[in-house]
Formats: sequence, structure tokens, C-alpha cells
Amino acid sequence: MDDLVIAGRSFGSRLFLGTGKFPSNAALRAAIEASGSEMVTVAMRRADPTADDDIVDAIPSSVLLLTNTSGAMNADEAVRIARLARAAGYPDWIKLELTPEPRYLLPDGVETLDAAEKLVAEGFTVLPYVNADPVLCKRLEEVGCATVMPLGSWIGSNQGLRTRGALEIIIEQARVPVVVDAGLGAPSHAAEAMEIGADAVLVNTAIGTAADPALMAAAFRDAVVAGRTGYLAGLAPARAVAAASSPLTGFLDS
Amino acid sequence: MTSPVRTGPVELLSRPREVPSDSAAAALLAADLRPARAFVDAATDADVTRALSRGRRRDLHDFAALLSPAASARIEELAVAARDATLQRFGRARTLFAPLYLSNECVSVCTYCGFSAGNEVARRTLTVDEVRSEVQELAARGFRHVLLVAGEHARIVSKDYLVECVAAAAETMASVSVEVQVWDEPTYVRLVNAGADGVVVYQEAYDRDTYAAVHLLGKKRNYEWRLAAPDRAAAAGARKLGIGALLGLHPDWRAEALAVAAHARELMHRWWRAEVSVAVPRLRPAAGGYEPVDPVDDRSFTQLICALRLFLPDAGITLSTREPAQLRDALVPLGVTTLSAGSHTEPGGYASESDAEPQFEISDTRSPAEVATALRAGGYDPVWKDWSRL
Repeated sequence: MDDLVIAGRSFGSRLFLGTGKFPSNAALRAAIEASGSEMVTVAMRRADPTADDDIVDAIPSSVLLLTNTSGAMNADEAVRIARLARAAGYPDWIKLELTPEPRYLLPDGVETLDAAEKLVAEGFTVLPYVNADPVLCKRLEEVGCATVMPLGSWIGSNQGLRTRGALEIIIEQARVPVVVDAGLGAPSHAAEAMEIGADAVLVNTAIGTAADPALMAAAFRDAVVAGRTGYLAGLAPARAVAAASSPLTGFLDS
Repeated sequence: MTSPVRTGPVELLSRPREVPSDSAAAALLAADLRPARAFVDAATDADVTRALSRGRRRDLHDFAALLSPAASARIEELAVAARDATLQRFGRARTLFAPLYLSNECVSVCTYCGFSAGNEVARRTLTVDEVRSEVQELAARGFRHVLLVAGEHARIVSKDYLVECVAAAAETMASVSVEVQVWDEPTYVRLVNAGADGVVVYQEAYDRDTYAAVHLLGKKRNYEWRLAAPDRAAAAGARKLGIGALLGLHPDWRAEALAVAAHARELMHRWWRAEVSVAVPRLRPAAGGYEPVDPVDDRSFTQLICALRLFLPDAGITLSTREPAQLRDALVPLGVTTLSAGSHTEPGGYASESDAEPQFEISDTRSPAEVATALRAGGYDPVWKDWSRL
């Protein structure tokens, strides 16, 4: 078994899904099922318990609902959104998204750290979305976050692991699971993230906007498994240090 | 050709002519858009190719190239690029909202508007309780986002009244925006604190001479005060800023489009936290009988929507029920992100029958449910709620 354990909960799938941008709740549901994902994130701003066909209704009960704080501009707002989620009866797992800039949706590390500390103190399981900043990731780990979720490239960009160098440092240093979130535009990007040692990936745009979201979800499912297997097989060490095929000091032994 | 923001004589009324030096309005006033306007006519096929290839690095000249006759000949390529950009940024979610007209009382005289002070029309102002029941009716039809609209009347449509209406709407709605007369920053603070997350201010005409020619009487004559209103709203904490030009006022719609696009960019630059959206409504028949000048045909309008999407890949684009159903459906993939539905443009009209005068005639008369069904049929997810009131 190669389960991923986050905050004491075991996940058989290392693929997590975002729920924005899908053509319909039915398509979302089909994609979740095809992905094999066991954790799916939904923006509280989208959730509406009073609606007939709410987005939350599309999530199978066996899958952990990870509400996110999309739309929060600062720590205070993120904390309030998390409390709203708790009050609405959703699980205490919160994906902390603090993206005050609406164009690239890049995370505000200062506010994120502040909010994480407060939410952990209130008993939430906190999974923060952050820039690929190794020191910030250590700080978030220190305040009790359950994972860190550094970006591969900016949300929705489909550009893959543009932050690869920093991700490798984060993976090397982390003592909590590292979930590469955002920017994974193709199954190969997800495989690459898993090959360098990420514990999981979170994907949204590439699946939600695909011509066939369920089929793309299956492709990501397989890519994540392949990348993870490659990592376990030792194909792609987390730190790629070149080993000279002809040792420079070989003459010493001759 | 007239520069959209060339300085010229507009008399000082009760508000200052100056705009704050660090505002988007100041940046727009300082910009000379004439070279870009000239480039619309001069752009070659190669310029269009370049503009199409520039991705997120497009500048105003690229936008001009996309508005050009040369680009019109390649409308299908524009549409494909705009569809792809929209899909990547916004996916298949499209937000629906309803306008709720609070009052058609108005002391301003604007030649193109059904509410204009001179028009002998039935006037009505909703009470706050009526606002509450209208909003509840809208909620029953599915809406969670509402846009409160009102004419300009300092006594009947006062600050206090608007603050009360916003608060009443916020009891039910997840998102409340206002499209009312422009205010000073302290009043915007009050509206935001009452629950307004969005402020919509169309400049109507960016061209100064046209602006003066169509706004004959009232506070609205102060061009700069209006131009800087989105800056004041943003300073007051409004999250969403909507701007736009009313097509059919100025004889050169492409110049107006350039000004809208440049203004949006300046607002995003200055107010980096704000969600900026744009609209380019085409004038509709209204009381007063104003005849649109330089009407924009559907092909040009489609080109404009595509060009806006490519120049402003992250901006919301709003399309109202002014446009016919078939065209609205066709433009959804190409860049439109936000649609009104089942709209009434007279005060009330949802919870109760209203015989008050509408601001303009709507064209897409489908119910909200019908619009949602059409979106689904096209492979799009009608989103009724995309905001959390905190």
C-alpha cells in the first residue's frame, strides 16, 4: 500500500480535484468518479445550500470535501470564510486560498501565514495554497499546517512546473506532504510533479475545461500513478545531482 | 477624428474638475489615444497576426489591430483565440445576475435615456420594503447576485435611501452591486459597508464633446467627477468595478472601445486587488426617441467582444438583455462571462406589476430559467452564486 496520509487520514489517490470551470455539475461528478480522487475542493463562494442543484451536491459522499477560501483578500476574511464553512456543516478541512490579485490569482504569503496560524488554533486542518517559496513552506509547517500546496505555475495557466527548482527544495525540506497545486495543464505535468517527489497534485482547469472532462480526469489519474511509481522506482531523484561517468579523481586509484 | 479623452470645455458644477493624480482617471486623461485610433485604420494583416500571437503581452496597439478592418476579415481567427482565452481563464462557468431598478426619478437631462428629466413618463421609486420583496422574488427565480440601478435624484434617491436599499438586498443576496449616480468616497464607503461589493459606472461617452452634447443638464455633466468614480469606489473598498461605454452616442465607436479598454487596464494597474469588468452596451429604443449614431452591426460587435477578451484576458465582460437571445448565446463562448436574465428595466416589475417607464426596451425576453437552459445546452454552467458575503 502506498497511501498518502494527511492529518491522520489516509488517501488511496494522490490526485485532488478543483471544481471550477466545469460545464455542469453532471460533468463534474463524472470527472470526480473517473479521477478516483478522494479529496475535492469547492469554493465557499460557490456553495449555496439553498440552491436546487448546488455544486456541493455533485461531490460523492465518499470523497472528502475540502472547502476553500477563494475570494478572501486578507487573513481576517479567510478565517471568516472557514468559520462559515464550519457553520454550514462542512468538514473542518480548509484549503487556504488568499489571492488578493484577481488576474494571476497569486497567493499572498504574508496573509496566508497569519490565517493559517489562526485557523490551526481554531482546530481546522489547514492546507495552504502558496507560491513555491521554500521558507514560507517551512513557516507554514511550523504553525501546524497539514500540507503545503505550492504552485507549479499560476492558476489556470496550464504551463506546468515553471517553479520546478523551488519545488525540489520544498520537497527536500518538507516534513508535511507537498501537494503541487495550480498550473498543471497536461497529464505529463502531473507525472513530472510526482516524479520529483511531490506527495500529490491538485488539478482543476486542465480537467474542467477539457473537451471530455471525465476522460481527462482518467488521464491525470493514470499520470499521477505513473509519476508516483517512477519516483518510488528511483527513476527521478528529488535532487538531480549529476554523477560523472568518468570520475575526475579516478587517477588516484590507478 | 476626436481623441476620446481630449481636454475641452466642460463647465464646473458642484464637484471638482480635477481628478486625483494617482488615479486611473488621471492616467487615462494623460494618455493620448489618437495614435492607437489611427492604427485601427492603418493596421495590416501582419499587424493582426502579430496581435493574435502576443498572448498576455498585448498592448493598446495590438487591441487597435484587433479592432481593425484587417482583423474583421479574420473574425473566425479572432473568435477562436477569444474562445480559447475565455475557456482557459473562466472555464465553462457563466454568472447570472438580475438588475433591480429602484427608481426612475431623475433630475438629469440625458438625451438617450428614458428616465431623462424632461420625459413625460410614469415615475416610481420603490420603498425599502418593496426592494425587500423584489429581491426575495429574484431569489425565488434563482438569483443570488443583484445589481441595484437608479436615476439621479439627490432627494428621492438619496445616499441614505441607497444605503438602506443595499442593506435590504444584502439580507437575501450573496452579491449586491450598484449602478447609480456617482458619489464621493465616504458615500461609497457607506454603500460598501452596507453590503455592496460592486460598483458599476459607465462613462457613457469617453469622447468629451459627445459627453457634453448628450448630458445637457444635471450633475452628470461633470466628466472628470464621473471618470474618477471607479477610483473612488475602489478606494472605498469596492471589490468589483464595472465600466463601459454606451455605443451609439459617439460617432466613432472604435474610439470609444479604445478608451474603455485603456481605462480598464489603468484601473487594474492602479487598483490591483479589484475585479474589473467591462461592458459595451448598444443603445436601445427608449422614451425620448434618441436615434443611435454610428450603430454597431453584429459582426463589428462580435469583433469588439473578441478584441476585448484578447486585450483583457482576466476581465469580466457583461452582456445585458439589450441584446437579442440568439446573439447572446453566440457570444457566450467568445468572452462574455456575466449575463443578466429575465430583466425588467423599470422600477420593480418582479414581485409586482409595474406601469413605470422602463429605461430602455429589452430584447432578450427569456426567463432566467430559459437563459440557464440555453447556457447548459451550449455546454456552459449557469452560476447563480459566486460570492460569499462576510
